[in-house]
Amino acid sequence: MNHAAALARFAAAVTDPALPPPQDIVTPEGPIDPLRFAVYRNNVHVGLVGALEARFAVTRRIVGDPFFRGMARAYVAEHKPASPLMFAYGDDFPAFVASLVEIAAVPYLADVAMLEVRWSHAYGAADVQPMTVADLARIPPDQLADCRAFFHPSAGWLHSDYPVATIWALHQEPDVPRFELGSGESVLVIRPDSDVLLHSLEPAEAAFVDHLIRGHTLGEAAEAAAAYPKFDFGTCLVGLVSIGALVALTPSIEDHA
Amino acid sequence: MPNRPSSLPNRAGLGLKPQHYATIHSERPDVGFFEVHAENYMMAGGPAHRHLTAIAEQYPLSLHGVGLSIGAARPLDRDHLERLRVLEQRYAPLAVSEHLAWSSHDIGFLNDLLPLPYTAETLARVVEHVDTVQTVLGRPILLENPSTYVLFEASDVDEIDFLTQVARRSGCGLLLDVNNVMVSCTNHRVDPYAYIDRFPLPLIGEIHLGGYDEAVDGRGERFLIDAHGSETRPDVFALYEHVIALAGPRPTLIEWDNDVPDFPVLYAEAARVDDVLARGFLNLRRAS
Repeated sequence: MNHAAALARFAAAVTDPALPPPQDIVTPEGPIDPLRFAVYRNNVHVGLVGALEARFAVTRRIVGDPFFRGMARAYVAEHKPASPLMFAYGDDFPAFVASLVEIAAVPYLADVAMLEVRWSHAYGAADVQPMTVADLARIPPDQLADCRAFFHPSAGWLHSDYPVATIWALHQEPDVPRFELGSGESVLVIRPDSDVLLHSLEPAEAAFVDHLIRGHTLGEAAEAAAAYPKFDFGTCLVGLVSIGALVALTPSIEDHA
Repeated sequence: MPNRPSSLPNRAGLGLKPQHYATIHSERPDVGFFEVHAENYMMAGGPAHRHLTAIAEQYPLSLHGVGLSIGAARPLDRDHLERLRVLEQRYAPLAVSEHLAWSSHDIGFLNDLLPLPYTAETLARVVEHVDTVQTVLGRPILLENPSTYVLFEASDVDEIDFLTQVARRSGCGLLLDVNNVMVSCTNHRVDPYAYIDRFPLPLIGEIHLGGYDEAVDGRGERFLIDAHGSETRPDVFALYEHVIALAGPRPTLIEWDNDVPDFPVLYAEAARVDDVLARGFLNLRRAS
């Protein structure tokens, strides 16, 4: 008997219902009973689908349990978790959802799922004190343009062609009111203290945040954001600091070529 | 009395569930200890840690791992072991436990406690893995007997002998899950009382109780499935009273992980267990 080989046979059969149960497992009465082996298959399946149901509760509410389980079953068959941390399972579930032709009637579904990924990331991110407006005031104004932003560890953002944060909020309770699909939303997700917060950003703010997150200086981000209407550098920066999105602004150490 | 393999109090404990955080903070129920699944707290920060920190300041804590895959043939996941070490350091729990089972394979983490053959080869591997865990954590752990639905043809070591040998060679203690004893013994046509009578009772550092589901196998015979979704069944509770009568009082956890009820239902289960533990203690005092 080889330990590794026995477990490899078991793992293969437990994850592939097309395979018969391994031939080296038995019951007291003799040969293996497929109904008993099915308990393990069911546990693995239900456990992983359940992890997705817990993490993507709004996605599930939008499409209903049967459809969600169908998607989750197909995903689980192709994507086993890389680690035992079930709260982190399914980071690429939104991409999988987006690839399904069946979701044409709910074109915002994958974006809602991505918002839920951002939400759960923010929930478990490191606890760090955000910088305050007083901290901001101590930075000499003539140095601001060359600063880069360090976002709070919980911060994540996404842009959707659909009002994804509005849809998410409407689906927090089982009775979902009727809603119109308005214009797209850019959402900044952060947990500066105990609650995960969703902030919808104006297009100019979104361009600003997008550039900062990608490592550009405040000056560069402001330049990009100025292409959109109603951009005001000071208002936008103070706004970001006020909601606890930033940990620090530090002077750029790189020379611009 | 031998050295106790755990320093949890000889009381009933409860699995800590997020839906009960608020009740526990506000009402401070008289519960012997709380136990958490280690993997549920392996994020960097956030509300789950804040709740657990507050509760660990008020109650003894037990850390129960479900993801180390100690029974696997492959080496332990060092990243995961490091996460467990960090969590253990953070909370200094009074007990750390894991399972005689495996859950990770080359295809990934399977999120179930799967069975292994009991042989000299697997025994050596499990001893090595437990030893590694204990070396990294710098403390002994408790290893739990599994619920199983099938047997391996290749097994030539009895489960109790296997657990006893792991404990002797690695220095770990044992976590006796009485519901798992009922499930496995029923499924494998073994008398559960005979199992308990052979179990190395002094090595028990903690006991688990939970509910099972019933099913019918391909031969039309009743078999049991570990479910953790109900109160402890009467036959398991009677078996537990037998364990306490033999072993004396031990820290005993109510495991209720699925269809989690309102807190008072769990609390009533704990009270039932505390009654048994108080009786067991009195019996021991009379005997001495």
